[in-house]
Amino acid sequence: MNKIAFTTAGQELSAALDPRFGRAARFLIYDLQSKSVQIIENQQGRNAAQGAGIQAAETVVKAGVDTLVTGHCGPKAFKVLAAAGVQVFNCNAATVDEALHELLVGRLPAAENSDVEGHW
Amino acid sequence: MAAARKQNAYRIAVASGKGGTGKTTVALNLAAMFGEPVQLADCDVEEPNDNLFLRCEQLTPHEVTMLVPEVDPQRCNGCGACGELCQFRGIVSLGSRALVFPELCHGCGGCALVCPTGALTEHPHRIGTISVGQSGTIRLIEGRLEVGVSLVPPVIRAVRDQLLDDVPAILDAPPGTSCPVVATLRESDYLVLVTDPTPFGLHDLKLAVALAKELGLPCGVVVNRAGEDLVGLHSYCQAENLPILLSLPDDRQIAEVTSRGDLVALALPEYGQMFSELATKLKHELTHPGGTP
Repeated sequence: MNKIAFTTAGQELSAALDPRFGRAARFLIYDLQSKSVQIIENQQGRNAAQGAGIQAAETVVKAGVDTLVTGHCGPKAFKVLAAAGVQVFNCNAATVDEALHELLVGRLPAAENSDVEGHW
Repeated sequence: MAAARKQNAYRIAVASGKGGTGKTTVALNLAAMFGEPVQLADCDVEEPNDNLFLRCEQLTPHEVTMLVPEVDPQRCNGCGACGELCQFRGIVSLGSRALVFPELCHGCGGCALVCPTGALTEHPHRIGTISVGQSGTIRLIEGRLEVGVSLVPPVIRAVRDQLLDDVPAILDAPPGTSCPVVATLRESDYLVLVTDPTPFGLHDLKLAVALAKELGLPCGVVVNRAGEDLVGLHSYCQAENLPILLSLPDDRQIAEVTSRGDLVALALPEYGQMFSELATKLKHELTHPGGTP
């Protein structure tokens, strides 16, 4: 685990975790080595007429992420993430830093499959 | 009218804007009282229901397919050219073997053209079914979209491709004013807009009239469930120079006959007369155009 993407509507670690992946406002990328935070907008995914999850998966993969923490992940997005070697963790924590904490203490099991249907 | 078509092989589309105004009722009863052999194209491929009323004894089905790419894992080097080209996320490649999402593919074939290693070949993917049957003087062509498919226009075009060029046709359109309706209206000669006298009906009628203008289609209006408050609708039609071709009253008998799966025009003679007159009016409009909005 190196670079972790969280779905969020905010700008910093204390912001709320967005339960949606494909239509999340943006991604907060946390670098475990440097403990630095980077924000990537999910404009393309949010505005996509179709395939928002696939677009969002492309965005995080291109950001060099190896781990994704989000509320829910649909089948198409999961397929793209799995093919690119990104591990997905489903989490219902309220904020990004709570989610990060749960991930680091090993309380989140890695998802083996998508946990919702498309367009949930 | 398209050049290949015979004179009088008119195509009359029935659309509405708002859903549930009575397109199918008007299309079916008009077909039944057309006074000559006619084709009825059920272009509401997401929920075709004309045959619930016609009950054709035998419907001959055949598949509608679209070409979708398949990936040869030996040849794909994950360069990503296919995914960069695709605007619909139908194919994605991120340094690994390309992934195909057939339900998002629009069948353009571009990915196979840009693939530098020849890893993509196109294969037919079933998106719907077309069935043709006969019920009395009506030749029915029904399109049915495959469950889980969202690409409607190709199935509607496949319905239209089955239309004969020497028999008049009535096209039962899906609701709305978007791509599936446009796909239905292409190459039509006249548009019958069915509306109900509600604010929603009038609002969506205006959208449908705007669409007819855009397509250069002459059109007329059928008012269904006409009650007392028709002032707004009538003044709009007058201002737009839209002929009101038929006004069907809000009559419980119509609902009863229709809910049994029978045709009003055949079950109730007074309505049979009204639909015969509608057919006559439409033929007149088509031979003496004057209702162009």
